[in-house]
Amino acid sequence: MKTYMRTMNGWWRRNPFYLWYTLREWSAFFLTAYALVLLFGLARLAQGEAQYEAWRASLATPAAVVFHVAAMLIVLYHAWTWFKVMHKTLPFVRIAGHRVPDGAIFAAGIVSSLVLSLLLLWGLA
Amino acid sequence: MNGKANSTIAIECLRYDPQADETPRYQTYEIPFTDEMSVLEGLQYIKDHLDGSLTFRWSCRMAICGSCGGMVNGVPRLSCETFLRDYYPEGLRLEPLTHFPIQRDLAVDQTDFLVKLRSIKPYIIPEAPKPVSEGTFLQTPQQLDEYYQYSQCINCLLCYAACPQYGLDREFTGPGALALLHRYNADSRDAGKAERMGLVNADEGVWGCTLVSYCSEVCPKGVDPARAVNQNKVESTKDYFMRFVAPRRNR
Repeated sequence: MKTYMRTMNGWWRRNPFYLWYTLREWSAFFLTAYALVLLFGLARLAQGEAQYEAWRASLATPAAVVFHVAAMLIVLYHAWTWFKVMHKTLPFVRIAGHRVPDGAIFAAGIVSSLVLSLLLLWGLA
Repeated sequence: MNGKANSTIAIECLRYDPQADETPRYQTYEIPFTDEMSVLEGLQYIKDHLDGSLTFRWSCRMAICGSCGGMVNGVPRLSCETFLRDYYPEGLRLEPLTHFPIQRDLAVDQTDFLVKLRSIKPYIIPEAPKPVSEGTFLQTPQQLDEYYQYSQCINCLLCYAACPQYGLDREFTGPGALALLHRYNADSRDAGKAERMGLVNADEGVWGCTLVSYCSEVCPKGVDPARAVNQNKVESTKDYFMRFVAPRRNR
């Protein structure tokens, strides 16, 4: 039987849902880039104080600030999506025989990451 | 009716006649419209009054047979539970379910899904045969809850049309069949899990999914196929590592 198969060209632009998904996948690259910058800083710290201070000075340039602001926003979106789908990756969670609602799993993830981030900031300060 | 009684709406339909057309084309029909008309009723109006050659599938008209799925303005929908009023006055564009070969107009070839559906053994495989004289299989409400939502699937294929991974690689078993696979694996009466794990673990099994999760958004029955698939990534990982601690059962 003769049939017609449509192409997938530009599929990620066809629906806003796919666009957000594509952004979610790309956000991992920003996360990696940010982690590499941090890892590089650690290596500079091991080399000595002058090298570490030079690395810190390089972070104060406008380009580095723009990158970090962009990376932070994208990583926040990444974290949001991560918790948004977390319940789908888990077996049903039950407390006293009742299924924990998906929204509660999402909220627990967001709240615990906020609390841990604040504790970390408080520990640094 | 709210003053739109004598108004009309434009439905743009993808048309494809395998004997006459090399590529699909679009044809617009202007049909009378009322507030309570579904998209399916719009198609039936075209078929009955304007163009008897328009081909589309339908049966129950109440979102349970799963026959009338299609793309409404690019979104996978059941045409029987989608209403023309939500597209008034701009009109709407209807296309056959994407990611499937078009047979004619709005009808797609579902063979690929039907083969996959059969491959997952979509039936209960009991541990040992149980004669009727021994009574029924008993199940607690919690055991029922483990698989109930997955058993609501009506095989409408909206999830396949929503899944770009299936569109990019048609070897992927896909959301619907994998959700039904999980429906049987999660059933306390079933002992066929070991027979189905090969399909879960395969390249075209659950690991073909990247959790786009649009399948779960478009599902008209609340099945949440993305959840079934991703729960089985955990099962697949456990299955992989368990081979080092416990010998596998015969397949």
